[in-house]
This record gives sequence, C-alpha cells and structure tokens, in this order.
Amino acid sequence: MINRTHNEKAWLLVLPVVILVAFNAVIPLMTVVNYSFQETFGNNQFFWEGVKWYEQVLNSERFHQALGRQIFFTATILIIEIPLGIAIALCMPKKGIGVSICLVLMALPLLIPWNVVGAMWNIFALPDIGLLGRMINGLGIDYNFTQQPIAAWLTVVLMDVWHWTSLVVLLCYAGLCAIPDAYYQAARIDGANRWQIFRFIQLPKLKRVLIIAVLLRFMDSFMIYTEPFVLTGGGPGNTTTFLSIDLAKIALGQFDLGPAAAMSLIYFIMILLFCWVFYTLMMRDESEQ
Amino acid sequence: MKSPRWLVPTLYIIFLMLPIYWLINMSFKTTNEILGTFTLWPQEFTLENYRKIFTDPTWYNGYINSILYVVMNTVISVSVALPAAYAFSRYKFMGDKHLFFWLLTNRMAPPAVFALPFFQFYSAVGLFDTHIAVALAHCLFNIPLAVWILEGFMSGVPKELDETAYIDGYSFWRFFVRIFIPTITAGIGVAAFFCFMFSWVELLLAKTLTSVAAKPIAATMTRTASTSGYELGLLAAAGTLTIIPGAFVIYFVRNYIAKGFALGRV
Amino acid sequence: MAKITLNNLAHSYVDNPESDEDWALKEMTLEWEDGGAYALLGPSGCGKTTLLNIISGLLKPSTGSILFDQQDVTELTPEQRNIAQVFQFPVVYDTMTVYDNLAFPLKNRNLDQATINQRVSEVAQMLELESVLNKKAAGLTADGKQKISLGRGLVRSDVNVIMFDEPLTVIDPKLKWLLRSKLKELHRRFNFTMIYVTHDQTEALTFADKIVVMEQGKVLQVGTSQELFEQPQHTFVGHFIGSPGMNRIEVTAKDDGFYAGNTRLPINKSSTPYNHAKSLSIGVRPEHVYFSDQGLDVKINKCEDIGRYKLANIQFDDTELKLLASSEQALPESSGRVNFDPKFTHLYVDGWRDNEWAILE
Repeated sequence: MINRTHNEKAWLLVLPVVILVAFNAVIPLMTVVNYSFQETFGNNQFFWEGVKWYEQVLNSERFHQALGRQIFFTATILIIEIPLGIAIALCMPKKGIGVSICLVLMALPLLIPWNVVGAMWNIFALPDIGLLGRMINGLGIDYNFTQQPIAAWLTVVLMDVWHWTSLVVLLCYAGLCAIPDAYYQAARIDGANRWQIFRFIQLPKLKRVLIIAVLLRFMDSFMIYTEPFVLTGGGPGNTTTFLSIDLAKIALGQFDLGPAAAMSLIYFIMILLFCWVFYTLMMRDESEQ
Repeated sequence: MKSPRWLVPTLYIIFLMLPIYWLINMSFKTTNEILGTFTLWPQEFTLENYRKIFTDPTWYNGYINSILYVVMNTVISVSVALPAAYAFSRYKFMGDKHLFFWLLTNRMAPPAVFALPFFQFYSAVGLFDTHIAVALAHCLFNIPLAVWILEGFMSGVPKELDETAYIDGYSFWRFFVRIFIPTITAGIGVAAFFCFMFSWVELLLAKTLTSVAAKPIAATMTRTASTSGYELGLLAAAGTLTIIPGAFVIYFVRNYIAKGFALGRV
Repeated sequence: MAKITLNNLAHSYVDNPESDEDWALKEMTLEWEDGGAYALLGPSGCGKTTLLNIISGLLKPSTGSILFDQQDVTELTPEQRNIAQVFQFPVVYDTMTVYDNLAFPLKNRNLDQATINQRVSEVAQMLELESVLNKKAAGLTADGKQKISLGRGLVRSDVNVIMFDEPLTVIDPKLKWLLRSKLKELHRRFNFTMIYVTHDQTEALTFADKIVVMEQGKVLQVGTSQELFEQPQHTFVGHFIGSPGMNRIEVTAKDDGFYAGNTRLPINKSSTPYNHAKSLSIGVRPEHVYFSDQGLDVKINKCEDIGRYKLANIQFDDTELKLLASSEQALPESSGRVNFDPKFTHLYVDGWRDNEWAILE
C-alpha cells in the first residue's frame, strides 16, 4: 500500500468528479426527498404531507409482496451464480488460445443492451417459435412462460444466470490467475489433495474478488428492471414484478409521485444498508486475522 | 482426468451461445418463416431485415445516437476520473474516505429511482433529448466505477515515480500527462471498457431522457416491438447489430479484462 | 536422506527442440552427495529453477533420469519423492494457524496426533515460532512466514532433500543474515541434503560446502569456494565469482609465448600446441596481478581505495586489466610494470580451462 501524504489541495483534483456526480445525484435526490413529503394534484401545486407516504408504502401489501419477490429472486440468483461462476473459473484453461476464446465469448452477454437481452430471451423461450420453449415442450413438459407464473419466474432466473454468471467467472478467473504457481507447487509437495488446494489456497485468495462479485450481483439484481420488463412485463399476474418494476409502474404509470418517491428512498436505503453491513462483516473478519 | 475439465467451460459457452444463435438465426429469416414454421436454420435466407435497418434513418440513427452518447460518456467519465483517482491514491485530504464511499453509493442507486427526477431536471435546464444529457446522466454510475478501477491501478504504481519526476523539474500537469498517464494505459483501457459497457447496456435512463433526436437504438427496438406488431426478423437483426460493438470492444481489451477485474480496492 | 544422481538429464520447454537454444537445460550428469550443503549459483535465467523443479518433481525432464540413492524417481510425483521446497517468497496457508500450517504435511501423510504434536512443537521451538503457534499465519511478517515455509519442510524428518529457491529474496537484509545462520545450524544438526538456489555469490559461498555454477542451462563447475576462486574451470566462472571478476585477455599463441595484439604477455609456459583452438584466452584474477620491476609495461588509468584493498585499472595497448593490491602497498603513479602469478594464471581454450597446461612449469 502506498503511504499517502496529507494535502488539502487534492480536493482540486477531485472537484470535477464531485461537481458532475453531485449534479447527477444530489439534485435528483433532493427532488425525490422533496416529493416524498408532499402531495400534488398537478399544476405544480404541492402540499406538505409529512411521513404519510412512508407509512403508506411501508404498510402496503403490494410493497411487501414486491420486496418479498425481490429478496427471493436475488437470493436465488446469488446461490446459483456465485458457486457456478467459481466452478467454471476453476475449470478454465490457464494459457493458450483457449483463454482468449473463453474470455471473449463469456464476456459477450455482459455487453448486450439489457432490453435486447430481454427481447432475445423472449424469442428464445416462446413456446411456439423459441428454441428453448420448443425443446422443453418437446420433452413432454408443458411450458409457457407468458401464462404460467412458475415458468415465468424460472425463465427470468435462467435469463439472469445466462446474463450475469460470466461476471462472476471473470472476477474469479482474474483472482485465480493472481495466485502464484509456488502455492500449487508447495501444496503438491505437502501432499494436499484437490479439495484441500481449493479450500486452503484458492478460496482464501478469492475472498476479495468474491466480495466484489457478491456486492455487484446483489446491487444489480436488486435493481433489475429492463430484462424482466421486456421478457414478461412483470407478469403473468405479478409473479415477476420486482421492486424496480413496481416502482416504475407507480411513478411513470400511475404518476403517484409521493408514494413513488418514498418507495425510492426506502429502496435505496435498503441497498446501502445491506452493502454496508455485508462489507463491514467481511472486513471485520479480515482484521481479526 | 483431463477431458471433464474443459467440458465445463465448453458446456457453459454453448449455453451462452444458444440464445445468441437463435437471435442471429431469426434475423436471417422472413417473417413468414418465423411465424409459420419452426426451423433450426433459415430456409429462405434473407438479408432484407438488415437492408431495412441500413436504409431507414429511424433505425440507423438509433445506432449513431447510441454510439455518440456512449463515447461522450466514456470520454467524460475517464477524463474526470483520472485526476480524482490520482488524488485518492496519492493524498490524504479532509473527508477523503467519506467522499470515496459517497461516490460508490451512487453505483448502488437504482436508475428507476432517478428516472423521473432526471427527466424533470434535464427538461428544466433544456437538455432533454440531447446526447449530452444521456452522457451526463450515465456519469452517475460510470464515474464512481472509473475512479474505483483507476485508483486500483494507480496504487500499483510506486510513488517514487512521481517523486523522481518532480525532482527532475516536471510540473504536476506535465508529469501527469507525459509520464503518469502512459504508465497506466492498461488501467485506462479497462476503465474505458467498463464505462463503455455500462453506458451501452443501460436503457432506462437513456430512454427516459430522449424522445426523437437522441433516441438510442435499443429504445427504437422497444417501440418496434410494441407498435408495428410482430416484426420479429427486424427486431432480431437490430438486436444482432447491438451485439457487434460490444464484441469488438471485448476483443481489443481481452488481455486486460482479467487484470482489470482483480484490481480496485474493495 | 539420500544421494541424488542426475543421469544424462536434459530439459526443454519446447515440444520438439531443434537448436541449442531450445534446451533450457543441456545434457548433464551430476551427483549430489548425501548430507551435502549445495548451492546452485548462476545469473537469472540460467536454468537453476528448472533444475530445481526437476529434482523436486514439479517438472518432468525431457530426457534422462533422476535417482535418489539407487531408486529411479523420474516418474514419481513431488509427494512421493519425499522432498521439501522453500520458495522465493513465503508460501503459507493464510486461513490456517501457524500450528496447522506446520502440521499440514504430516496430517496429509496420516501420522497420528501425538507424533504430529511432538514434531510441530520441536520445529516451532527450533524456528522460534512457539509464541505464535495459535495465530493465523496471514498476520505474520515476511520472515515469520518464510520460517513457516521452512518449518513445513523440516517437520518431516524423513525428507530426502530440502530445496531452497532464493528463499531470502523478500527478507529484510538484517534478518537475512539471521535466517541464513539458522539454516547452517539446522544443516549441521540434521544433516539433511540441502540445495540452495541463488544468484548472489555471497549467499552461496557462506551457505554451501559445494557450489554448482550454471550458465545458459549448462553446469560449468562443481567445487568448493576455494576451488572456484583459484581454479575457475570456465571463463564465466572466473568472471562471475569474485569481485571484481577475473581478468580475461584474448591471446594468440606463438612460438615464443602468448600475445595480446602485439604485446607478449609475461608468461613462460608452453604456447605451441594451440594453433587449432577457435578462441584462446588467458585468465588471471586481479588478486594475482602484481607490480614488479620487470614485466609488462602498463599505464595506470585509475586507482581506488576500497577498504582493505586498492583497486587499480591498468592498460596496455587496447587491453584493460584490473589489479588488486593491499592498501598498505604504495602503487606507481601513472605507469609501471606488472607480472602475473604463474600458479593462478590459467589458459582457456574455447572458454574452458586447459588443466594440462596449468600444471606445466
């Protein structure tokens, strides 16, 4: 670690960033905070409402359900994507032409616009014209994600696994490549088996990148909007209406600015809180060593 | 012992390629074939869908718009993030840790939360439906990311480099531009890649902040899907074309991707 | 513990080696005696680490075989060969305690708990690690971690050989000296066969009984430090060992002696049978060049006082030489005459020392 010197003039270097981000973050955030305490009937007339919207959101059945769906979805994809990502990274070639091929092909889903991902999965999974839909129905399973809630939910999960597992793979692969050969050689000399090498060398060295992976996947899946919106529109029913979709329905669909703003803030604070708690726990563990 | 090992990434890549193949497959089919029969590859191979995209301005302008604001955003994000990352990696100053954390929290802000205020704010300052509006809005999550990645790379450059340059009589900016930036080109490449990526794939804000003049390609597609019924072949062709810039960018930075991910402080 | 024999061993990282450069290790046959302390010395990239990894079994040689005592171990894994290796930087299992780190190789060999306990505490005591046995290994300093790596080798009393791959690179200079004397002490106590790879001649000379000098994948000489100093078998050895290295003068052999350019060198030994050699040179260490009343006329370019010695840069025609004299000795100002000590003046034919010539008088 670099020993940093004290210099208040460094603020000047940070200033452009602060201005740009503040311009983008603070002003809209103020607007949201402002709305969240007021009632409007259009015509730019606002009335002070205090914490009414917060109480309304926190007590609403609809919010509870969206939150529940959201947590269940995020937990599911984390449980699938993190171990799967580690496993694939472990099996990736370390050198040669295979590395470039793997990296380029695996990174591809990450660079497809999110609504294209949704559209692509739509035509891929449709029971009449989609390859996946045809295949599953061909196996004798009745599958139609536009009609069946469970099928829709599973399709969204599968799409997310398709879309984002590569991020975990790339992170883990980078972490694995950073482990010097000597560790593996020492383990061979010490007579360690494959599992011990993973448990005592690879996993501890991957800890840092895994923290990043979990945080990124948590944040992004908690904010997921475009892909399920394009694929299922939140349906059938409300099966795939996650928090962001619900929020957009309230804010842009029904134009209920107050409740939408209050919900936005609750939502944002939940993400911050989780990230902070997770990060602190992981780091405290680190400092104990 | 050897074969199952490469089997895992191979199967995974096949899984990744299937939907993409299906999309490309569709893009070469006629609407009749898509809706009428189920075929694993195009029976009547057609380039009609692509021809339409390249001749119809509402389509190809979408591409130009997208690329314009993505490039603008990448340039803005990286160029303001460079000095800031330098400050974070080299100096202690009042509130540095809080500032760094505050920057990162913006990466955690759901775009859905900001969509409406952004719309109102950018309309109020008269930037609605311009490329720069989208580029600036995307700075919200790209600048924190760029600062984070660059800071990681810069912390790997020994401080002696700076000190030697100052002793040799370099001014700060001359040192920064002539010596420091060339030594972290890999980091800049990685940061630019991620800015490009996140700006390219984001749609919610881009769609909210534009109507006609700066409408991104992805938004054009959404409208096609909903208004002109089921022009699936056209949609698939447009989708296929949106994959190309990404693939191109990955190919160029493939050797840095692994490295870029490993750096950056948690 | 075992005697190690390398039979016609060679290694290439290329699949179908063609030219000489494709071979990282050129063919060699070598014996390492049981209980010896060896240093493997050479510049970076000379093949030391390759050779080490072949002995430990991390690499399989392209040709040739390795014997531990009489047993051929070429096909055996590192674990089966029963060796220990300490790497350039400390390799520890971060999440384990120091105790578990030391016990790890024993547990993997299914020893009973009592034996493990006893051995670990013995080694911990030797390496002064007792006080941190229950701490996480990740929290230790670099030298503490390197002691653990070393300890993991030492806990196994039956190892055939312990190998060190530049183990002190990341250690503080002050602690370097301490750890090195610890190694010597351990060697004396247990009589393990030890192979110590380094590019630092001081480290090699202080640690080892015998030094193996390598360059470009070839073993040039095996010998004690005195042998390397007094009778370098190859011009490279002369140049690499000693500070400053041996003077090397390109010569031609004529009937009446050796000539560097047009100047006849002050050497009286026979010069005739060398007409067919591709290159011929005379090597003499700066320690063995001295000023005298008669001999070779030289110009003195520079003279430095380096503590116990004076180092003079001298020149005749276009040839520059170095000369070491004790600091009490008065040296001539700008020119003088020098002679070479005949006992330590060597003739090199195509780089290799002519041992026959050396004993002629």
